[in-house]
Amino acid sequence: MTLEILAVDDSRTMRDMIRLALLPAGFNVHTADDGVHGIEVLDGIEPDAIITDINMPRMDGFGFIDAVRGQDKHRATPILVLTTEAAPELKARARSAGATGWIVKPFDPSKLIKALQMVAG
Amino acid sequence: MSDPNDPMAEIRASFFIECEELLEALQDGLQSLDDGDDDPETINIVFRAVHSIKGGAGAFGLEALVRFAHRFETVLDEVRAGRMTPDAEALKIFFQCADHLSDLVRISRDDGDLPEDETANLLTLLNGLLGEDGTPEDEEAEEEEIDFQPAVLSLDLDLGGDVEDSDLPELPPLEDLPAAPRNKYQISFRPENELFETGNEPFHMLRSLDEMGDCIVTCHTDKLVEFDALVPEQSYLYWTVELESDVEEAEIDAAFEFVEGLCALEISQVAEETNPIVLESDEPIDDMPGELALEGTKADATPAPSAVSLKPVPSAEVSTEDLPRTVEVEKPTLPDTKPASSTTKQSSPAAAAKSVVRVDLDRIERLVNLVGELVINQAMLSQSLESSGLSPHSDAMNGLEEFQRLTRDIQDSVMMIRAQPVKSLFQRMSRIVREASAAVGKDVRLHTQGEGTEVDKTVIERLADPLTHMIRNAVDHGLESSEDRLAAGKSEQGRVNLSAAHRSGRVVIEVSDDGGGINRPKVLQIAIDKGLIPEDANLSDSEIDNLLFLPGFSTAAVVSDLSGRGVGMDVVRTSIQSLGGRITITSTPGVGTTFSISLPLTLAVLDGMVVQVAEETLVLPLNVVIETLTLTNDDVEMVRPGAHVVRVRSGFVPLFDLGKELGYRDPISDYEGSVVLLIAHEDGSRAALIIDSIQDQRQVVIKGLDDSFYRAPGIAAATILGDGQIALILDASDIISNAICATGSPPAQSLTGTSA
Amino acid sequence: MSEKDMSDSIELLTFQLADQEYSLDIMSVREIRGWTRTTPLPHAPSYMKGVINLRGTVLPVMDLSERLGLKPQKQTDRNVIIVVNHEDVMTGLLVDAVSDIIALTSEDLQPPPEMQSSGSTNVVSALTLIDERMIRVLDLSSIVMSVQSTAA
Repeated sequence: MTLEILAVDDSRTMRDMIRLALLPAGFNVHTADDGVHGIEVLDGIEPDAIITDINMPRMDGFGFIDAVRGQDKHRATPILVLTTEAAPELKARARSAGATGWIVKPFDPSKLIKALQMVAG
Repeated sequence: MSDPNDPMAEIRASFFIECEELLEALQDGLQSLDDGDDDPETINIVFRAVHSIKGGAGAFGLEALVRFAHRFETVLDEVRAGRMTPDAEALKIFFQCADHLSDLVRISRDDGDLPEDETANLLTLLNGLLGEDGTPEDEEAEEEEIDFQPAVLSLDLDLGGDVEDSDLPELPPLEDLPAAPRNKYQISFRPENELFETGNEPFHMLRSLDEMGDCIVTCHTDKLVEFDALVPEQSYLYWTVELESDVEEAEIDAAFEFVEGLCALEISQVAEETNPIVLESDEPIDDMPGELALEGTKADATPAPSAVSLKPVPSAEVSTEDLPRTVEVEKPTLPDTKPASSTTKQSSPAAAAKSVVRVDLDRIERLVNLVGELVINQAMLSQSLESSGLSPHSDAMNGLEEFQRLTRDIQDSVMMIRAQPVKSLFQRMSRIVREASAAVGKDVRLHTQGEGTEVDKTVIERLADPLTHMIRNAVDHGLESSEDRLAAGKSEQGRVNLSAAHRSGRVVIEVSDDGGGINRPKVLQIAIDKGLIPEDANLSDSEIDNLLFLPGFSTAAVVSDLSGRGVGMDVVRTSIQSLGGRITITSTPGVGTTFSISLPLTLAVLDGMVVQVAEETLVLPLNVVIETLTLTNDDVEMVRPGAHVVRVRSGFVPLFDLGKELGYRDPISDYEGSVVLLIAHEDGSRAALIIDSIQDQRQVVIKGLDDSFYRAPGIAAATILGDGQIALILDASDIISNAICATGSPPAQSLTGTSA
Repeated sequence: MSEKDMSDSIELLTFQLADQEYSLDIMSVREIRGWTRTTPLPHAPSYMKGVINLRGTVLPVMDLSERLGLKPQKQTDRNVIIVVNHEDVMTGLLVDAVSDIIALTSEDLQPPPEMQSSGSTNVVSALTLIDERMIRVLDLSSIVMSVQSTAA
């Protein structure tokens, strides 16, 4: 039994790193390239937690969180926001959009895992 | 880093590939901005490109890259937020920064020496942009950058021990815990409704506390209302926790980081152990997720395990060994739908893996060759099956059809691997223009067209050097100085055009400028001075222009440090020729000069027309054939002995016998019934070639002829036919040029008038 | 076999050209093929017979008799093509018939007498006698190289 994670980031490098950080820890990682793709991928999975970037084409992180929260079954799915800045207003905005928590990039794999476990067990 | 199996090295390599894409997007975006595009998404793209480079660079500890990208991004963010509107000067700085960012990326990739002066210089310019707009970034610059400290990732797939050691240094090894000095904390935690709305879960926080030391958790249910009055989305429970641990208070804070402001939280250090009323329970804790607590029907059950003495769970967040166990313990009741759903998801990683696979070019080469063999073998098989008299409806023939289709698809796919748009090449050239124009102090703008034109990768790579030289030449020699331009009544800003297009089965790349044109008297004089031509040479304009291609020719009276690098147009021409291409030059005094490069589209396959001439089978590139005609003697007119034209509708087209031109036979005298191919010549004119018959139209695999052995005029390459015989692939333009030279026949253009 | 023996021992492929015996170092011979129709190259020198398909690659073939200035070969079924490799360039040499493979040492070879008068390239690098028959050892590079220079 592993945790299912959906990671949404437009940077391939970031997706790869998230995958690389989480796979050895036993997570099952799905990825998407942007918010729109994220919603598509979400359709076929039941993630235990979602990680999303903010700056993305087509649909940004805020829009994505909004869309996820709008789905009844994901009302309480933990969502972590990846952000390069630890700026308070970014956090506030992420939270008001419905994010559960945030991870400041560049992330340390153990911190990412810890954060995920903090929100998803 | 060189270990191919090192996943970090792999990601690092892929990061740099991604950087190239991002840099391309950055260039594109800046170009759009420069062209007056005010779509907010454009600046977003620009911002994101820099942002993503910074993000990745941070992960690999590429500090110089991070710092520069960060500052660049800060400025772009100002633009994005509408606080700054970049003027031409700012855009110029942005372009410079994009170029520099691209340098930094490459330097970081290759561990080269950092151009610190240039970085500092551009940072000052960027700061200037911020300063002028009154943003208070300058003062905070240093501090702010500290905010983004690159943290080098050390991802170790063997997450056994190492990471546990390096992770969370504040946590001492487990066995030391009892001996460590301990603090006692009293924590009161009362979630607000919003805490649940953001998907947070009190249980996880409580568990985090439990992991920090000995923990007694008390759940207070006194706020719980009667079942009938329960509102599912409201928070009724709150907790007090007594924690005995050696951790600092900050770490306890950290456990509640995400819910700060979403709960009432009090953390206090206590001197003495208090004795709260505790309800010890061994109930599994997994029945306690917040969602359940909020659901009316379960409300009764939830408070039951109101205080849980959590068993110490070895720091699960870092240990792969522990993790599955932890998960098992905590979520034993998870429904079995997971495995099922995970199979349906398997497509999503693949879909997301739009990622790049790096393949050695040699392997592609091998694949291309093998596909070539496949195509030939398929043709041979087709031929032998067809001649075996099988019914067209037999299984074998149907299978053959499928086989042909597959072969074609495979071939197309393989060729697609090698084809790339010329865009990346053009972007490099836009940088060359910027640098070259700055170096000679001219205001120059590059206009590109046909960036999406796809060309074989090898061709693109080998075009970079000659094109760079031609662009530099255009800026340095082609365009006049600003004063001269103004004096000539032109705009001060010079213009260089770079275009790519598919034409007559080839790729035509043109570099043109709107400068003064070639100074022919000067060129002629230089050539005479250098002894390249006799003093009394009587040359046409076009012949003078072509003197530029002579080895050792340099037009600049003063060799500038820009294009005077010892490379002449002769080297350019040689490189183009080695790609099977041709370069031509046209120039109009006062209007400008155009260099036109014509290249084969692919180095591997060709849509060909298979024809028969003097009992030889030959292949013509299909797309040079405009149409086929059958002649009557009345169609043919003699211009003078040996030079004939054929009337095509209202125009006349020079007529040549292919068999004669190839030396296969004497010229035919009777044209009645001859089959003629109307051929598009590269310069836009037309010619007609007499053949005996058309056999087929199909794709053929190009086999190189070893030029060093004997280079046959008019022959581009060879191919192998279905019967195993070799057929020569004709270079129609070469044949026609040679034929025109031989007969002195004027090109069709001057004869045809408006007939085209 | 010692290194000295190696260097001293030479194997030659002997063949017939216009009723004379010639030979080539077997090390440069890749294979021997029966005659197949060649595809002629336009405007090529007459000794260039054209190109054939050698398992997917285009192999140029020359008539060795004509190349050496002997009378052109009359084509019969016995004609064979010797595929040789010189500096990674493969070439087919059309000969009347292949005779034998002979092993000899460098002492059995003698340089051809100097004949300055003949303007043609000296394509014969050595002579040897086998059973009272004179066998000419051809210098492959001069055959192939001079083609390259004429073609240039």
